[in-house]
Amino acid sequence: MTMTSERDWPLYEVFIRSRQGLSHVHAGSLHAADARMAIENARDVYTRRGEGTSIWVVRSDLITASAPEDKGEMFDPADNKVYRHPTFYDIPDDVECL
Amino acid sequence: MPEAIDEDPGRRSRFDAHVAAEGKVEPQDWMPADYRKTLVRQISQHAHSEIIGMQPEGNWITRAPSLRRKCILIAKVQDEAGHGLYLYSAAETLGTSRQQMEADLLAGKAKYSSIFNYPTLTWADVGAIGWLVDGAAITNQIPLCRCSYGPYARAMVRVCKEESFHQRQGFELMMALSKGTPVQRRMAQDALNRWWWPSVAMFGPSDKDSVHGAQSAAWRIKRFSNDELRQRFIDMTVKQAQALGLTIPDPDLKFNKETGHWEIGAIDWDEFWRVVKGDGPCNRQRMAHRRKAHEDGAWVRAAALAHAAKARARAEKKVA
Repeated sequence: MTMTSERDWPLYEVFIRSRQGLSHVHAGSLHAADARMAIENARDVYTRRGEGTSIWVVRSDLITASAPEDKGEMFDPADNKVYRHPTFYDIPDDVECL
Repeated sequence: MPEAIDEDPGRRSRFDAHVAAEGKVEPQDWMPADYRKTLVRQISQHAHSEIIGMQPEGNWITRAPSLRRKCILIAKVQDEAGHGLYLYSAAETLGTSRQQMEADLLAGKAKYSSIFNYPTLTWADVGAIGWLVDGAAITNQIPLCRCSYGPYARAMVRVCKEESFHQRQGFELMMALSKGTPVQRRMAQDALNRWWWPSVAMFGPSDKDSVHGAQSAAWRIKRFSNDELRQRFIDMTVKQAQALGLTIPDPDLKFNKETGHWEIGAIDWDEFWRVVKGDGPCNRQRMAHRRKAHEDGAWVRAAALAHAAKARARAEKKVA
């Protein structure tokens, strides 16, 4: 059998906008020979029940992601800036519209 | 994935604590090599089951008794293909390639659910599969929506939403037959007789004989034991059979008033293992069909790549 020597179709990540007014959200991935076919396949795989009004596809190997081991230095600095949240501020209860 | 470089016990225990506290795991996170291996095995087996599972029902598409039933069956079989693809894509996030998984299936190294090694002899079998096999699958799959591995859990959410139609259309089909002519009723009962025990066995070996159970439970991959899920399915299905006016083919079936559960007779585990090991009624046929489909499609896959390369070259020439 020759299947492992066969060239695999590249992997695409699929993003779907479920309706106008919402952002595209990652739905999953699939293999396709090119971007056009990725969109056609994504239509059949991820929107069989009206889940989408628009599809984005991008080759998985073109995505740059933050590294999980950098999670601390990337995101921890935001943890100690409580003053960025509205609940940080003491306002008398009887003052409205704040 | 280069996993062996880091199996230090500190990392391992932090991971175990994270999943035990219902923390989720995403593809780029560190995970123990055997967690990864367990998931690849389980998710790819699950994907293979969806793909092989298209065959028994696909067998009836051209012979569906009405256009309505034909549309439903085509949509259902297409869903199974979709479920296979969601699951392959979830497994690929663990660093295994689609080609490797396909190769393992075609070489007979990877398993798929044994239930699909039984034949669909009459139209009623299409109803019995939807009602019983998909009913059992849903019972198994709903807890998997909360599995610790994010991509698997998300795939299962989609699958479960869609399986609900599969089960309902099967029950409706059985209902139509059981309210039909005496011949149709007999057909429905015959299908239940043949699919009941294999469906009950779908949950896998009894807890006392199950090898993967404890670790999978600790890792929050499996939430309930095989026997717990089986009992849930039995309780649900016995009542549905009553609604259909059909008889569960088990003379030992009885309701235990104290526990509130239906108790079944002995499962024929010899038959179960015989089919798992390759000697079911259709194992060879299913694999031969899958291999042929894969080989017949080789030129299409190659042609699509060649076409894509040509289109790209043409586009680049235009820009230059």
